[in-house]
Amino acid sequence: MAVRVQSEDFDVGAELARLSAGTHAVGAVASFIGLVRESPGDVPLRALTLEHYPGMTERQLGAIEAEARRRWPLEAVLIVHRVGRLQPGERIVLVAAASRHRNAAFDACRFLVDRLKARAPFWKLEETATGSRWLEAGADDQRAAARWDGD
Amino acid sequence: MKLLYFAWVRTAIGLAEERLTPPPGVRDVAGLLEWLKTRGPGHAAALAEPAAVRVAVNQDYARPDQPVAPGDEVALFPPVTGG
Repeated sequence: MAVRVQSEDFDVGAELARLSAGTHAVGAVASFIGLVRESPGDVPLRALTLEHYPGMTERQLGAIEAEARRRWPLEAVLIVHRVGRLQPGERIVLVAAASRHRNAAFDACRFLVDRLKARAPFWKLEETATGSRWLEAGADDQRAAARWDGD
Repeated sequence: MKLLYFAWVRTAIGLAEERLTPPPGVRDVAGLLEWLKTRGPGHAAALAEPAAVRVAVNQDYARPDQPVAPGDEVALFPPVTGG
């Protein structure tokens, strides 16, 4: 399956190798890995908890994949997104696009990430020594997603 | 109607899910939010600023004028922050 939501970590090498397994049509695989980063302020991040809307998440990710396939000639698409409590440094998400040529793979990968961040129903709860708070959506993410709307 | 709440909408309301029967006057998303506000202090707090809440009807994003029906699954949540 090209879209997965799971609590366990994923093996980046194995996941990417699978995108071109059994075919010689793939000339390019572009990928993005999102990680839990430390907080910029004085209070260290203890953990990040990812909540999602089961059902709608898979539905939205499937729609995002279908839209990418309409826009670019893709041989394979992969989105793996983790949920649950993650420590700083842990992987959150893997997005990859495989195509015959690099431009389609690069562009589709960027599109998939931008759309996922704007539309897939996931929420991050930041946990520090002083308490927990839900992260607010950034205007940058909406702008990044909006730049694909006019195409 | 099945209502689902996520992230700070869930913590403000104090419930992840509830089944409600809105009055017949509730016909669309905007009307549903107005009615939900009257359900209790948690609901009122979560919906104090309706523009801060995103709504999905049957797992697709919905606008304020989208109709809602008794059998629908309606979810309320903040703007998403995944990835």
